[in-house]
Amino acid sequence: MEQEVKLMKGNEAIAHAAIRYGMDGYFGYPITPQSEVLETLTLEKPWETTGMVVLQAESEVAAINMVYGGAASGKAVMTSSSSPGVSLKQEGISYIAGARLPALIINVMRGGPGLGTIQPSQADYFQATKGGGHGDYHLIVLSPATVQEMTDFVGLGMDLAFKYRVPAMILADGIVGQMMEKVVLPPARPRRTDEEVRAQCPWAATGKHGRGHRNVVTSLELDSAVMEKNNEILQDTYKLITANEVRCQEYFTDDCDYLIVAFGTVARIALKAIEEAREKGIKIGLLRPITLWPFPTDAVAAMSRKVKGILTVELNAGQMVEDVRLAAEGRVPVTHFGRMGGMIPTPAEILDAFNRDFGKE
Amino acid sequence: MNIEEIIRPENKTASRPRLLLDVNTHYCPGCSHGVVHKLIAEVIDEMGLEDNVVGVAPVGCAVFAYNYIDIDWVEAAHGRAPAVATALSRLNPGNVVFTYQGDGDLAAIGIAETIHAANRGENIVIVFINNAIYGMTGGQMAPTTLLGQKTATTPYGRTAELNGYPIKISDILAGLDGTCYVTRQSVHTPASVRKTKAALKKAFENARQKRGTSIVEVVSTCNSGWKLTPEQSNHWMEENMFEKYPLGDLKNV
Repeated sequence: MEQEVKLMKGNEAIAHAAIRYGMDGYFGYPITPQSEVLETLTLEKPWETTGMVVLQAESEVAAINMVYGGAASGKAVMTSSSSPGVSLKQEGISYIAGARLPALIINVMRGGPGLGTIQPSQADYFQATKGGGHGDYHLIVLSPATVQEMTDFVGLGMDLAFKYRVPAMILADGIVGQMMEKVVLPPARPRRTDEEVRAQCPWAATGKHGRGHRNVVTSLELDSAVMEKNNEILQDTYKLITANEVRCQEYFTDDCDYLIVAFGTVARIALKAIEEAREKGIKIGLLRPITLWPFPTDAVAAMSRKVKGILTVELNAGQMVEDVRLAAEGRVPVTHFGRMGGMIPTPAEILDAFNRDFGKE
Repeated sequence: MNIEEIIRPENKTASRPRLLLDVNTHYCPGCSHGVVHKLIAEVIDEMGLEDNVVGVAPVGCAVFAYNYIDIDWVEAAHGRAPAVATALSRLNPGNVVFTYQGDGDLAAIGIAETIHAANRGENIVIVFINNAIYGMTGGQMAPTTLLGQKTATTPYGRTAELNGYPIKISDILAGLDGTCYVTRQSVHTPASVRKTKAALKKAFENARQKRGTSIVEVVSTCNSGWKLTPEQSNHWMEENMFEKYPLGDLKNV
């Protein structure tokens, strides 16, 4: 398959991107608003072309454990779900992190808590960036704002996951999952052969194939001294990721007096608000974290030395704002404006919030 | 005749299987797990599967199954071994994949994964150790605990009113279209050990030939959990377990 330009939903783009990446397996369970990922994959039936395995599991719990099994054998495997389903996956994600396996998990967020709503949300920021399941671990968390990024982050997330043997998550809001946009689909590349998998993943449970020693994939270690060492290996890996993989995008930050920090689709709405403000002579900049973990702490800290105040806008009650405050270290006021329950702010509402917090100056 | 004359290769009648690792066991004396481990190691070796087999260990006493058999292993979360094995098998069709699970892992917390993997007809082997008790956590009630049986969480004996009935999960699995072979065996006599080995071999051969899901239930003893000697446990199993869990093939297609 050559490069193609298409109009499609973010969820559909994820499915096409996975096939073209050379993904070995997808395991999922239907849940709104991301069911198009599984639907598109079954429609495309890549098992007849690339040999990619696509399976509808009996639950999100089973799906993430299938991902664990596939990843344990060195294969490039993924799952997708939405907030309540991702909560169910947390035990499995913790095992994947503990066993140091690469995998890609996609959360197209809907509103909670509980069954909540099927409308868009960003209320799983804490869950995605602070661990989510039990134990000390992190995921590499990517935040797409466009259907193009939904496409691109499938490959980026899986590549980073293999590079560090750490699970990666695409944390999308329901808007970018459902929204249709023009997208450039990359040319397809072939799946790795079993020989290539064994060469790339000498730790994997592939069957010994004359290796001479057995591989055991586990997160279990009852010797506390060894288990502490295992944790230190994880923490060292996270330090390396924090040093090398932070990604963010800045707009109008060269001359701004104030800063808005927003991720995902909300960043696009905030940019519209900033453009309207600039027409009135109010100089606001935008910082859009692309990696939510590792968080662009240095970039936010640098801006906090330049501006008079920072507003975060999120589809939640105030989650990323805590990381922005940690980065700003009290140098300037950091405030929050959020909509919840599936409500999406307009540019005018964002400007109202800005004036509420910083308008008197 | 002195001892050196007796200990000679030609006089050797039994030995540790090649793939059974020479390590100390964590299982209690009298436990059935060690016998089943040995049989699996023998079957894998005799079938020439060493390079193309992956085992999936459970949570429970057999959580450390991977310490004993010299093959590739994946340690699964509690109850999820059949889901883990599903992906291992589908993504690596050249491999034979088996799970090794106890009654709590397979028939309580993991019953959904077990039934759905078997119903999909995954080309895997499920080795199911049914000793009617949770061993690792200290002898609590299992889904297969018999009515009247005393455990740490049924100290006055299991009652149907409070705890429901012991579940015959292999009978349920035999009723699914995806299973090709479901058998219930034991390892408490030399004859039963030989039968279980033959059953394991058939199950692994089914997986190799992609014939669907095979389940080998081994009705087992847990003398520590049952608070009996190993010998008493064998008698207790014959007198009580076999009535509820009769031995033999439940399905052989």
